[in-house]
Amino acid sequence: MSISKEQMRDIYTRMCRIRAFETAAKDLFAEGKIYGFAHLYLGEEAIAPAVCECLRDDDFITSTHRGHGHIIAKDGDLNLMMAELFGRYTGYCKGKGGSMHIADRTKGILGANGIVGAGHCISCGAGLSIKIRGTDQVCVCFFGDGSTNQGTFHESLNMASIWKLPIVFVCENNHYGISMSQDRHQAIKDIADRGAAYNVPGVAVDGNDPVAVFEAAEEAVARARAGKGPTLIECKTYRQRGHFEGDPATYKPKEEQAAWMAKDPMPRFEKYLEENGVMTAEEIKAVKDGVAKQIEEAIAFADAQPYAPEESAVVDVYSDINAEVRER
Amino acid sequence: MSKMMTYGEAIREAMSIRMREDPTVVLFGEDVGAFGGCFGVSAGMFDEFGPERVRDTPISEGAIIGCAVGSAATGLRPIAELMFNDFLTVGMDQLVNQAAKMRFMFGGKISMPMVVRLPAGAGTGGAAQHCQSLEAWLTHVPGLKVVYPSNAQDALGLMLTSIDDDNPVMFFENKCLYATKSEVTSFDPIPLGKGRIALEGEDLTIVTYGRQVYTALNAAKELAADGIKAEVIDIRSLFPLDKDIIRESLEKTNKVIIITEETKRGGYGGEISATIGEEMFDLLDAPIARIGSLDTPVPFAPNLEQYYMPNERDIVVAAKKMF
Repeated sequence: MSISKEQMRDIYTRMCRIRAFETAAKDLFAEGKIYGFAHLYLGEEAIAPAVCECLRDDDFITSTHRGHGHIIAKDGDLNLMMAELFGRYTGYCKGKGGSMHIADRTKGILGANGIVGAGHCISCGAGLSIKIRGTDQVCVCFFGDGSTNQGTFHESLNMASIWKLPIVFVCENNHYGISMSQDRHQAIKDIADRGAAYNVPGVAVDGNDPVAVFEAAEEAVARARAGKGPTLIECKTYRQRGHFEGDPATYKPKEEQAAWMAKDPMPRFEKYLEENGVMTAEEIKAVKDGVAKQIEEAIAFADAQPYAPEESAVVDVYSDINAEVRER
Repeated sequence: MSKMMTYGEAIREAMSIRMREDPTVVLFGEDVGAFGGCFGVSAGMFDEFGPERVRDTPISEGAIIGCAVGSAATGLRPIAELMFNDFLTVGMDQLVNQAAKMRFMFGGKISMPMVVRLPAGAGTGGAAQHCQSLEAWLTHVPGLKVVYPSNAQDALGLMLTSIDDDNPVMFFENKCLYATKSEVTSFDPIPLGKGRIALEGEDLTIVTYGRQVYTALNAAKELAADGIKAEVIDIRSLFPLDKDIIRESLEKTNKVIIITEETKRGGYGGEISATIGEEMFDLLDAPIARIGSLDTPVPFAPNLEQYYMPNERDIVVAAKKMF
């Protein structure tokens, strides 16, 4: 099996969407229009779109605090996402979640997550559910290099392995756990090696090359769907920004940053698409223009949405009990 | 139909009833399979439902609770057993930051129908890391419901309701009650948030739950000999809390003793006490008395363990100060 031109175009479009969304989020955060935290996916765009290209609508993903890219790759609605970042009532989570907690159960998105390492265990639950319900769905668990030092990573790889759960563990190794570089936070180079400890096949790929990511993901997803168990894919990439917006990232050596910027997945894939006759420069520009318009529309949509009524804060804690209203 | 059943059998019966009716109900945890669970609660269920639905897990509490979260979000109604409630600490993130908050964080769009079974309580010589009563911790977390039955009938009915509930329910089970037999007359669900009058009386209200219901009943017998008629309220679920049953009792008695097995400081007894103080102060004609275990880890030696836990004498002494 090899990647089709249509798949490459689709992946590229989603990569563009993420790049444009995150660039806008960066600017909006700087302007003070977005409150709270923003952990951006800039530089890592080759991964989630290539992985999600291998998924069906009814497949699941678990995500991280750096989740915008995963959600867009799994067809999250840009307007609802942006409205949620703006904290509006009609956003994805009624303004209760924000950047780190966007979910869309109808698209199999089991939530971005503010706790590093939490998604691993949740993906095991989704995998178990698939097994018990007897479907051929798959769950992809996205996580960063930092989370592979959490116990949950090890518990989950072990559990997924002994139960042959239909999970693809996708490590986005952006080489930093907040300010701590990978060579300081773990004594291994290839996180894929950790699969061996649990008899889970581990493969390391160039995470800035969507074709390489796609090929690894396609095999892993097919394996999971066939009931043969989990795979660990390590995608080597780079976080172009700080951990969160506002982090000056002075801990990143300038030469390292420059070297990775030269490997930016966007221009790199555009060159590949043109050289291989997949898309012309005009077609690439058309995609970019189309995406820019979508993002503009999403911002305009978000900005026009209402804030949540205060009393909505007491709803959705339980399915059947509201918290007490504050009387002022 | 009336049947004598142990507390443990009643929990098993409720789980089995729902598992027979609904293929999405599953039980997993450490040694719950062929081994039958550390306390034998799931004995025989492995044979009836098989290894897929009565599933042994590795010793990985984070992954066990995480499995409940992920499977509840994707179409199952899982029951996760933690062998001892003390092991909650290892999986606390999945419970507190994930299970409890997902519905809210995601704007009400994800349902979380899961039960976590939590064997708790002292009196078995398990010492400091196997005998705690950690229910108050969980009542502090919006999004969780907390249930604690004291007898077979309530264990059965409350477990049915807990499995049916679309929210995470923390189901506390007192280890010392597993083998105690009592009559079961109904196989219907018991709503959460409805207390039970374990003994009627008119002079003094004793509010409690779990194993301490029996301490209260024993103390009530002793007090009756002195002409004090105590009413014992078994709240059965900590959250939601049946405030009405407490208020109605206080309207008669105007005096209240709260007894719980947890260490007293920061315990749920304090929450009940504060609720009465805030909302029912006018009904009181004596200060609220609150009894719990000592504010120490659970000691091992039997005499120390007994000294650590509250008993009938504590209630009798507190009661006599009120008359």
